[in-house]
Amino acid sequence: MKRAENYFKKEYNQSMIEYTYQVERENFVDAGVVSSQVKRILKQIGIPSVVLRNIAVACYEAEINMIIHSYGGEIKLSVDEDGNVYLEFADVGPGIPDVEKALTPGWSTASAKAREMGFGAGMGLVNIKRVSDSFDLQTSSAGTTIRIAFRVSA
Amino acid sequence: MKIKEIAEEVSAYLPYQIHSDEQDYQYVFASDLMSDVLAMVTHNSESTLLVTGLVNPQVLRTAEMLDITAVLFVRNKLLTEDLIDQAQDHGIQLMTTKFSMYETCGKLFQKGIQPIDD
Repeated sequence: MKRAENYFKKEYNQSMIEYTYQVERENFVDAGVVSSQVKRILKQIGIPSVVLRNIAVACYEAEINMIIHSYGGEIKLSVDEDGNVYLEFADVGPGIPDVEKALTPGWSTASAKAREMGFGAGMGLVNIKRVSDSFDLQTSSAGTTIRIAFRVSA
Repeated sequence: MKIKEIAEEVSAYLPYQIHSDEQDYQYVFASDLMSDVLAMVTHNSESTLLVTGLVNPQVLRTAEMLDITAVLFVRNKLLTEDLIDQAQDHGIQLMTTKFSMYETCGKLFQKGIQPIDD
């Protein structure tokens, strides 16, 4: 299985763990359920708490982003043989019109509903990028894919 | 400060008590913006009390992601059974106070609880 090149500049073939979750558009009721499961799985396999917190923050922000902004999509969790953690968030549109603005702290296009839930502060992508060791964002009208990785191994 | 001391200081109501009151809360972060909480509470989250006026499941999800173990809701917000169940499942102590955000933070600041550094 070929992985994105920016994943620590290496490919890996053996995954200890692979999970795929569906995320529905505007399903605010279940917002955070995937991130909660991801955190629980990674805690069970012994990911250190400081890294685990960063992974949870990034996963939660990205999950919320998918619910607020996208038409829905998938979250994939994988862990390689060294224990490094990879998350991929792939939605089916509508894409981010201006990535530079989206990565600017405080810039937001979130709906009133999202703001009621405590989001839409314009910090989502900024937070994801800040806590991850590797961050890659590809976007078009067909969808946005964010791949992040966390170095856990020594 | 321990939960008991915090509760006394802001006349808080605790729907349940889950901790053995050993945790010392040295920091407060107060916000209704959960993305700000996710951005700011990067260290010492176990000893950070979250103060907020926002009452919804996302507040608890945010606390869960960060390993925050206590949340204080201001202005006597009503806590639903679902919210209380969710918090208990994740070992999060909930409290409510009649005081406003400003007054709550002022009282806790006077008692020496520190802000989160940027």
